[in-house]
Order: sequence, then C-alpha cells, then structure tokens
Amino acid sequence: MRGRTILLRCVQALAVLLGVSVASFAVAHATGDPVTLLLSPSASDAARTAMRAHLGLDRPVTIQYALFLQHALGGDFGQSFIYRQGVAGLVLARLPATLILAGSAFAIALCVGMPLGVLAARGGMAAAMLELFSLAGLAVPAFWLGLMLVLLVAVELRALPVDGYGGLSHLVLPALTLSLQGTARLSRLVASGMRGALRADYIRTARARGLSEARVVWVHALRNVLVPVVTMAALELGDLISSAVVVEMVFAWPGIGRLAVAALQQRDFPLLQGTVFIAGLGFVIVNLLADLLCARIDPRIGLAR
Amino acid sequence: MTAALLDIERLQVRFGQTVAVADASLRVAKGEAVGIVGESGSGKSATVLAAMRLHPPGASVTASRLSLDGHDVRTLPDRRMASLRGGFAAMIFQDPLTALNPLMAVGRQIAEVVAAHRGLRGGQARAAAILLMERVGIGDAAVRAHHFPHQFSGGMRQRVMIAAALAGDPALLIADEPTTALDVTVQADIVRLIRRLRAERDMGLVWVTHDLALMAGIVDRVVVMYAGRVMETAPVDALYAAPRHPYTVALLASLRRDGVQAEASGAPVPPGGCAFAPRCPARMARCDTAPPMLRAGGTEAACWTLAA
Ligand SMILES: Nc1ncnc2c1ncn2[C@@H]1O[C@H](COP(=O)(O)OP(=O)(O)OP(=O)(O)O)[C@@H](O)[C@H]1O
Ligand SMILES: [Mg+2]
Repeated sequence: MRGRTILLRCVQALAVLLGVSVASFAVAHATGDPVTLLLSPSASDAARTAMRAHLGLDRPVTIQYALFLQHALGGDFGQSFIYRQGVAGLVLARLPATLILAGSAFAIALCVGMPLGVLAARGGMAAAMLELFSLAGLAVPAFWLGLMLVLLVAVELRALPVDGYGGLSHLVLPALTLSLQGTARLSRLVASGMRGALRADYIRTARARGLSEARVVWVHALRNVLVPVVTMAALELGDLISSAVVVEMVFAWPGIGRLAVAALQQRDFPLLQGTVFIAGLGFVIVNLLADLLCARIDPRIGLAR
Repeated sequence: MTAALLDIERLQVRFGQTVAVADASLRVAKGEAVGIVGESGSGKSATVLAAMRLHPPGASVTASRLSLDGHDVRTLPDRRMASLRGGFAAMIFQDPLTALNPLMAVGRQIAEVVAAHRGLRGGQARAAAILLMERVGIGDAAVRAHHFPHQFSGGMRQRVMIAAALAGDPALLIADEPTTALDVTVQADIVRLIRRLRAERDMGLVWVTHDLALMAGIVDRVVVMYAGRVMETAPVDALYAAPRHPYTVALLASLRRDGVQAEASGAPVPPGGCAFAPRCPARMARCDTAPPMLRAGGTEAACWTLAA
C-alpha cells in the first residue's frame, strides 16, 4: 500500500473516532439524570442544583461535549461519579483483564476456526459434522453457553473455578465461551472461501507442478482466503467486545465490560464515556491494522483503491 | 525399448452425460513434438488433463492404456504422481494470469517447484529460480523475481509459467494453447522460445492449439481431433501437403480461405457413425458406421476414403 493510501486510511480512522466520541457522549447522556441516583430522593432542589453544577451538567450539552472531546484527546476522561477516581486510571487498571480474555478468545477462534474451515471445504463426512457444529455455535448465545459450562465443568465436575480472575484455570471457561461464535463464523467463512479457491486455475497449476497436496491447500489456496478472513476477524472484534460484557458478567471477570455495566447502572457519565470511547478506539485501531495487513497479503489492494 | 513419454490408447472422458473425449489414442516418443489440433470443444484439453490426472473431480476417465513414462496414470499412488507432474512432465496453460497464484511473488512460485523436484532449499532454490527466469528471457530477473503476476505483461507471465515448467527439468512439456491469450507478435516470441528450449534439452512436446498455422515450425507430428475423436494423425509436412481426412482438408482450407468451413450438408448419422459425416463433402453410405484408423503411408486417418 502506498504512503498516500495509508495516510487516507488514518484520516478515515480519525473521522470514525470522532463519530465514536459523539456516540459515547450521546449514549451516556441518554441513560438519564445521574443526580437522581447520586443524591437521596429527599435531597433539596438547591442541593440538586449544586450537585449538577459541581458535575458540570448545568452547562449546554454542546459545551459539555466540546469539553469532553478536548479532554479526551489529552487522555483525560474526567472523574468517575461513583468511584471518585480518574476514569482513565480505572479503565487502564481493568484493561489487561479484558485484553487477556478477548485476546485468548480471538486466538482460539483463529487457531480452531481456520483449520476447521479448511477441513470442511474438503467435503465428505467431516464437512457435514463441521457444518452442524458451526450452525450450533452460531445459534447458542454466549450467556447461555457460559452458564452451562459453569454448571457442568465448574459446579458438577469441579474441574475449573466457577468465576474470578487469576491463573490459566480461571481463563479457560470465559475464553471458550467468548470464542464460540467467532470460531463458528470464521470456520464458515474459511470453508466457503476455500471451496472457491480450490477451484481456481492456479490450484490446478500448483498440482500440475507436482506440489504436495498440503502445500496446495495450506499455502496456495489458504493464502487466497486470508484477505476476507482478516477483514472479518477485525469486524468480529466489535462483536467480541459486546459479548465480552455478557461473559464478564457471567464469570465475574474484572474487565472493562463489567466496569461499563456498573457505569451504565449508575449513570456515571464520565466512566461510561471513557469505556465506550476506549472500546471504540481499540476497534478503530484493529481495523486499521487489518487494512494494512490485507495490503501486505494482497499486493493488488494498494493499486485498486 | 524405452517407454513412450506419453501413451494414450482408447481414452474416453465423460462429464455425466457429456462425452468430452469419445475415443482418442496418442503416443509421444522420447524427444518428439506432437501437435493436437481441433476446434473448440473437440476434447483437446480433456485429453491432456486426463493424461496428467488433472481432470476435474466430476469427470470419469477410462482407457485401455494411459501412461506417462511407462507408469499407469490411473493407478499410480498420489505421491508418485506428484513427482511425475512437474518432474517428468510439466504443463503450461492458456491464460497465464489465472494460472499463476496472484498472491505469491513469481520467484517463489518458480522456486517451490525447484524445491519440490530438485531438493534445493531456501537461497539455492531462489537462485535457481532466477537462473530459470533468465533462461526464458526475463530481463532483470533478480528484481523481477520479487514481483507479482499482475505486474507482468501477458507474454512475460507466460515466460514465468514456462520457467516454472522447466524447473523440474521435464522430459515432456504439455502446452495447452499457450499462445491463444497473447498478441500475435508475443505469440511468435513464445513459439521461438519453446523451439529454442526444445533444441537445448531434447524435450518432448505436446502442443495443443486450434491454430494449424502456428504449429508448422514447432511440431513433428499432428493429431487432428474432432468431437472427442482422433480424425487423422500424420507427420506435419505430410499433413500440410496431402491431408487425408475430409475434416483436415476443411481445416486447412479454412486456413487458406479465411474461414469458410464445410457446410453441414447431410442428415445426422445414426449412433456409432462418423461424427464428421453430417458436415462431410465426401460422405458415403459406409459413414453410418465409424471407420477405424486406416493407414496410408505415414498418415493414419479415421476415414473410409482411405479404404477405397
Ligand atoms: N468441467 C467440465 N464439466 C463439464 N463439461 C466439460 C468440462 N470441461 C470440459 N467439458 C466439455 O468437454 C468437451 C471438451 O472440452 P475441452 O475443454 O477438452 O475442449 P477443447 O478442445 O480443449 O476446447 P478449447 O479449444 O475451447 O479449449 C466440451 O464439450 C466441454 O463442454
Ligand atoms: Mg482447451
């Protein structure tokens, strides 16, 4: 990809980020008035007005947004109403837990979904089984699977801890739960891509040159389905983020998903804005990286766009 | 006696109800160059693909003999077949753009064939690939090796295909319409290149085309196919000088007079009759049963006129 194209992509990413800032601000303010939750119902009107002024909520919405944006660009998301701490610090403290969870789920989806897809594309009995598995995987909601795994593996078999955060044993169940849908979707995408790729002329050429079947399939054909796979995997991350909220609740996983839910329940504007904005930032960065990766895989991309 | 490079006897290839090849026999001796000519759909590709066991999964292939270098292609284990492909017999195709992997630098595509058949690895295989590119006339090969197929012209792409085909040092090159997708001037370059390479290394050649004119300077012998059958096979000079089958005559006439082919003159033949009879100016009553290959001098033709 050429320098100018990369620059264009970065500008696009910034525009998307601006949109994310508006969305996170609007979402927070749509939850209602935080003062009713922060003060007791019997609090006087004067106390309410004072509280509102203290939180900066008495100013026009546009000014509030401008201030939020100005501070956010400097990495300052304000003070959490409920924790009475800086939002940036709160989010950063929870971020590793979420990254570990989402990263593991992502890795499982890639390491399991891709080979399954390749095998499914070869047809036969295995393909039919995989088709069934992936359909089931798509149909099962994350929270239900999570609860079933907790009941079976943790409560009945006592093989793994029910919830919490710590070593690898705590990670297994939530990561598996979170990865299931991505694995299923990815394997289907790879399978359909491989079915097309294996019919291509260059595959016949590769066979005509006496390359091993493994090389034909795993190098020549698979490389040609990587671009849609990378693109989808990056978009999949958005889904992963929203599922992570549910999974973190089910497994009491101390990540930013749970933080966001707490913020939502308490109408903690700064915290909610901060978590949504950082999730959006991560999404934008990952998609930008995915674009760059696609251009590395397929040298024709830089020319076409 | 050494085995023929390629030996096909009574080959039949079907796609469900469609008969792509009805009855084709063909032998290529060591170092020999054989042309297969025939109009579109006459079964040329199906014949050579079956010989390499590269026919699509839906095709059913039967033959009384089908061998490469004396090995039965139908029963050879996959690994042995893979080492014959690209090693003993290499193949190039009509459209080099789709025949090359678009996402792999051409140098790597050549180097992996070197690695598969000559056991060279890494830098050695890459160096061999660059040498091959130079041998097929790609200038600045060390740089061009890093380029991708879309960065080459059609003629240069076909040279890349040829370099990869030579990588396993094959005794037989099968070229399925290698110049059809190219400009006329580029066609001539590729023809010259293949002629030169053949002279350098005593390589057998199967040259598939629907262009009779193009083969004159390339092949020793021509096999004329029509409707999945071999109609005539003759030394190239004899074929031009004295074609024996009415279809070959029509084919040559169309070449000289720009197009006009024998008209469909007669009634359809009953099953088992000569496939060309409905278009044949020399049709007779016997044509309702297909003639066997009949010999006259160096020529063999499936036509009753040779029996007279
Ligand atoms: N994959 C396939 N599925 C079904 N029918 C096929 C397939 N490939 C070829 N055929 C049929 O087999 C017959 C012979 O095809 P073939 O490709 O061998 O012709 P050809 O002589 O190579 O023609 P051309 O000059 O157009 O390449 C044609 O009637 C074609 O429609
Ligand atoms: Mg063909």
